[in-house]
Amino acid sequence: MASVIVELKLAMKNTLAGRDLVSITDLSKQEIELILSTAESLQKKIRPDLLKGSILANCFFEPSTRTRFSFETAMLRLGGSVISFSEASTISSKKGESLYDSIKVIGNYADILVIRHPQEGSARLAAEATDKPVINAGDGANQHPSQTLLDLFTIRQTQGKIDNLNIALVGDLKFGRTVHSLSLALAHYPVRLYFISPEILALPESISQELKKKGVRFSFHSSIEEIVPKIDILYMTRIQKERFSEVQAEGFVNPCLLKKKHLEKAKSNLKVLHPLPRVDEIETSIDDTQYAYYFQQAANGVPVRMALLSLLLGKI
Amino acid sequence: MKEKTLSVSAIKEGIVIDHIRAGQALKIVRLMRFAAEEKRVTIGLNLKSQSTGLKDIIKVENYFLTESQAAQIAIFSPLATVNVIENYKVAKKFQVQLPETIAAVLGCPNLRCITNAEKVPTLFIVEENNSHIILRCKYCEKLFTRDEMREKV
Repeated sequence: MASVIVELKLAMKNTLAGRDLVSITDLSKQEIELILSTAESLQKKIRPDLLKGSILANCFFEPSTRTRFSFETAMLRLGGSVISFSEASTISSKKGESLYDSIKVIGNYADILVIRHPQEGSARLAAEATDKPVINAGDGANQHPSQTLLDLFTIRQTQGKIDNLNIALVGDLKFGRTVHSLSLALAHYPVRLYFISPEILALPESISQELKKKGVRFSFHSSIEEIVPKIDILYMTRIQKERFSEVQAEGFVNPCLLKKKHLEKAKSNLKVLHPLPRVDEIETSIDDTQYAYYFQQAANGVPVRMALLSLLLGKI
Repeated sequence: MKEKTLSVSAIKEGIVIDHIRAGQALKIVRLMRFAAEEKRVTIGLNLKSQSTGLKDIIKVENYFLTESQAAQIAIFSPLATVNVIENYKVAKKFQVQLPETIAAVLGCPNLRCITNAEKVPTLFIVEENNSHIILRCKYCEKLFTRDEMREKV
């Protein structure tokens, strides 16, 4: 009976049915909360027939493993089916077909589409090409909202809340799309943010302006060690090789490598997150500590994407 | 009454866009496609202005602009004024207002934006930040100052 009430409550609040998810800024705080609570209930109890008869088109114009597999897993776990391609060379765009036309055609086959494409803004254009819901799974360096939602889900899962947390974001803050989207999403909550990066990879002015506008408290730092004792979440990101060489060329020591000794003064509830793939930002010896949570974070991609598919398809 | 010498000759019917930020007139002519429409257009660059030091001016004969059309001009010159001329006299005068969006006429300066790869009309959302005009691409979501903008080819 209790679960029926929960489901009714969720169904009443679903303002996402039939919508696209292109950018994290498309979502209100209430809609983010709805996705997180739906993900939580589906993680506790999978509903294997929820999306029976629905077809997801996974349109990956560039390679991905975690995102593509987790969307596919989410659809299959809920009883839906998947059609997909995983590189542009296998479809008509190789013959010169426009993205707009490709998506218009695929939209006639499937009930919902997930798109990853190297060009920025491609997902917004795809959403205009079809009436079916489109989920952006990464458009170049722009947006990857389902990653942000699974990050928020993981933060809430590990701390029991998002409000009043101290959260540090580390790495390539200039080009890293996950950091931009996560910061903007966290701006819905009363949190304290700490940004750590080499100076030349600092957070863009446009994002810090937006955070200021929303009244978020934040500061910039040059080493992880100095802020570890204060924080609840340490969100690490990779600095792409080509950026890293720029940093090295200018004689900087990369301040964004996490070593086990940095965690000596950590609070007991601290969790280290990372969107993966990891290269050398987190020492592997940290994997076995109570602080490491990045692999569970990646696993959370499935319940969060189950929630997204169900809500956008209007099935919950 | 003090005699005034006009730097640009008067027109009988049409519009005079005055107080254009110096250096922006040619951009506005291209943006509004005045030249493409075979109108008689007179342009004055770096003229003396009492209020802003230097200004540009554009006169277009036998042509009229609605306030919403004129809003496009505000991106490059928010203080410009449009004078509607009838029989050599100013029949109406209004200051341009910033539009909420600009469709199709500007190209996205972000070369990785999908609008530079596909034939799709651009759309920019106009925002004001600390009295600076910022344009946000609807597609790639990047922010640009007006000086970074270029007309769509």
